[in-house]
Amino acid sequence: MTAITATSSTISLAEQKERRRAMIYGLFFLGVAAAIFFLFVLNTNAELVSTFKLNPATKQKIVEIPPLKLPSRTTLIILGLLVAALGVYQMVRRFERVNLALGVVLLFFVAAFLVWATRGKSISLLGIFTFTVAAATPIGFAALSGVMCERSGVINIAIEGQMLAGAMLAVVGSSLTGNKYIGLAAAMLVGGVLGLVLAVLAIRFLVDQIIAGVAINIFSIGITSFISQRYLQPIPELNSGGVLPKIAIPGLSQIPLIGPVFFNQNMVVYLLFASVILIHFMLWYTRWGLRTRAVGEHPRAADTLGINVFKVRYINVIIGGMVAGVGGSYFTIGSVGRFDELLTAGKGFIGLAAMIFGRWTPLGAYAASLIFGFSDALQAKLQVLGQAQVPIPSEFLLITPYVVTMIVLAGVVGRTIPPAADGQPYVKE
Amino acid sequence: MADAPTTPSEAPEVEPKERHASSRLYYAVLVPILSVFTALVLGAILILITDPAVTGAWKNVFQAPLAALSATWESISTAYGALLSGSLGLVEIWKALGVALSGGGTEDLAVALVPLSESLTTSVPFIFAGLAVAIGFQGGLFNIGAEGQILVGALCSVYVGYSITGLPWFIHLPLALMAGMLGGAIWGGIPGLLKAYTGGHEVINTIMMNWIAIILSSWLLKVGGPMARPDLPITPEVLPSAQIPQFFSTQGNRFHAGFFLALAAAAVIWWLLYRATTGFEIRMSGANPHAATYSGVKVKRVWVMIMSIGGALAGLAGTVQALAVDRWVGVGFSGGMGFDSIALALLGRSHPVGVVLAALLFGTLRNGATRMQSVARIPIDIITIVQALVIVFIAAPEIIRWLYRLRQPAEDLTPTLSTSWGS
Repeated sequence: MTAITATSSTISLAEQKERRRAMIYGLFFLGVAAAIFFLFVLNTNAELVSTFKLNPATKQKIVEIPPLKLPSRTTLIILGLLVAALGVYQMVRRFERVNLALGVVLLFFVAAFLVWATRGKSISLLGIFTFTVAAATPIGFAALSGVMCERSGVINIAIEGQMLAGAMLAVVGSSLTGNKYIGLAAAMLVGGVLGLVLAVLAIRFLVDQIIAGVAINIFSIGITSFISQRYLQPIPELNSGGVLPKIAIPGLSQIPLIGPVFFNQNMVVYLLFASVILIHFMLWYTRWGLRTRAVGEHPRAADTLGINVFKVRYINVIIGGMVAGVGGSYFTIGSVGRFDELLTAGKGFIGLAAMIFGRWTPLGAYAASLIFGFSDALQAKLQVLGQAQVPIPSEFLLITPYVVTMIVLAGVVGRTIPPAADGQPYVKE
Repeated sequence: MADAPTTPSEAPEVEPKERHASSRLYYAVLVPILSVFTALVLGAILILITDPAVTGAWKNVFQAPLAALSATWESISTAYGALLSGSLGLVEIWKALGVALSGGGTEDLAVALVPLSESLTTSVPFIFAGLAVAIGFQGGLFNIGAEGQILVGALCSVYVGYSITGLPWFIHLPLALMAGMLGGAIWGGIPGLLKAYTGGHEVINTIMMNWIAIILSSWLLKVGGPMARPDLPITPEVLPSAQIPQFFSTQGNRFHAGFFLALAAAAVIWWLLYRATTGFEIRMSGANPHAATYSGVKVKRVWVMIMSIGGALAGLAGTVQALAVDRWVGVGFSGGMGFDSIALALLGRSHPVGVVLAALLFGTLRNGATRMQSVARIPIDIITIVQALVIVFIAAPEIIRWLYRLRQPAEDLTPTLSTSWGS
């Protein structure tokens, strides 16, 4: 004790704080290891085997991969020991990149959870990943919409509403015309219109961007529920747009593992891939991207250089709305084929968390969306295994994405810095 | 300002100041009224263009212009007529009053008073929830989580209300009320803590807390769930010792003591905001958190406090509704109430008096809309649309000023919130 107080005067306060932080991380890692041991290892019989299937259920012309058969308890013990080792290393030597270590620890925990949940049974890991990509799609579009808007300095909290309207218009458009791609276009259009409304309120009328966004969300909830009750429920033909077919991309879809997961999806998913790449390229390698970032960081300086701040913001917010609208179409013609009130269930806001987690970059935002999608997929697939196998109420797993969102926003996993002029209206002098 | 020279210009300086004060009041009253009016007009237009009878009549407007006009009038008068009679029922009250005064008994009057008293009853949770959002606005925080806080508050209070037996009412009822407040305070306090100490934005966090509350409640309340009845997806009924008393025994008249509790809460919040040091700190944190920090206000602590008080108020909204009106909680208990409270806090300019008035208006609208839905088959969501429009008009008063050719006020009254994600 005296030794510590003696040295504490020689090392700086910041260093002391750093050490305590490192210690907390180390203890947390050890706690995770203990959790793996007590929750999973002790509840697993030695002779059980967890089987993970890696082939698609439907026959496709791809190379067969033998299923992954893991002895449940041994695997769990190994995972637990690995996590414990990471914890000990963190406490003794400290990791340079502690967030990466944290990520690995959490990954191992999830893996342990999966191995435990499938003890003595088999589950299609490929199915989980395929579902992950699908479930990440609306979140990814929402995050991308957020990137578009916030890079130019406008907070778009109306994504949820834009997706909800997009979801409805997609199914109505495709029901009316019989062409699902017209439904997709309708979703994009209505998203763009709501983006325009946000832009006008935020840029022209200088309304607080969050209030404007919330008003659009409420309006969207009201109008879609109104139309749903007035038209869609009495006339079911209006609410049967069908589901976009899965399109296997020739060549790419035959790659083992990656092929069925990424390249045997429907048009909405491919549109997201294309948008992520396109917006990434546009944002970093084009004049438009440079202007957008300038306007989002320092609008006055951008204005001085002759960039039309208002025009850039209008264009970005409208495109952002369109992106969100297309994302909304996933909920109807992209998955279940019909509209129900409030079916977006907060995904627009989760998308904003993914955007923050991805540090306002398209690629990062999509990667973060995949994490959220994975927790959705886990919930959906574990329910199939049954209550006896996973004695956790499915609602608890359903809560995970919302809790993860809050943890991400709390900046536990690395501090993030938004564009400097994010949320600030620009007034020309 | 303080060291401005006192020169002959003293006399004219008084005049603009007074005009400023009167114009402030003028706009605090006029813009909200015109906002609601305009939103209702737009709602009427929506009702008309989605009414097949009206659109059908207008297709033949050149052959039968009168038929088109009468169909329009018919549609609108049926809808908004039902809204009025369902929410106030003044004509019926007048008639029944005549009967009662001429010695015909008061039974008709009791029935005629039901719509009005139901409107007041519907307003009660709105007053609490509106105050919850308003106190957030005053402190520069946007509490969208009233919905979850209402639900958690109701669940906590009802749990105490049905599970603890053998207590006299003067212990049991306060205990249930406290449980509801505490539940709401925790549900609101978590985003407050996250905001203060991690910078996590309260808008997204409160929305996440809403979804968590909704999912948890669906688990608690599903048939066979921890809080549900064995055969129904609702909680058991609250014991009489924890019920808030209703005043009338007439069928359907559920006016209850919670109304006065709500008014008392508004008075307490008014006192807190405008007469207590805490309130000054809250308003200062809202006006300029940096300046507040600089002058010694512990802004972070204030944020946690605001969100906890807000949560407690929203919790009370659910508690009072559950203990006095429904006496049990089911899935979807708080549906939409969170949004209502945002609209009415903005409409009431985040001032307790304004919130009470706005809550009375929204209670009336909601109650009338129920009647409108059953009589004119117009989805109750029309009220949600009207509310969104009200928010837009309140937040962008320029639109209202342009529509009605009003003068520019001396000062902008819309709240501005900290709109960045970080710190």
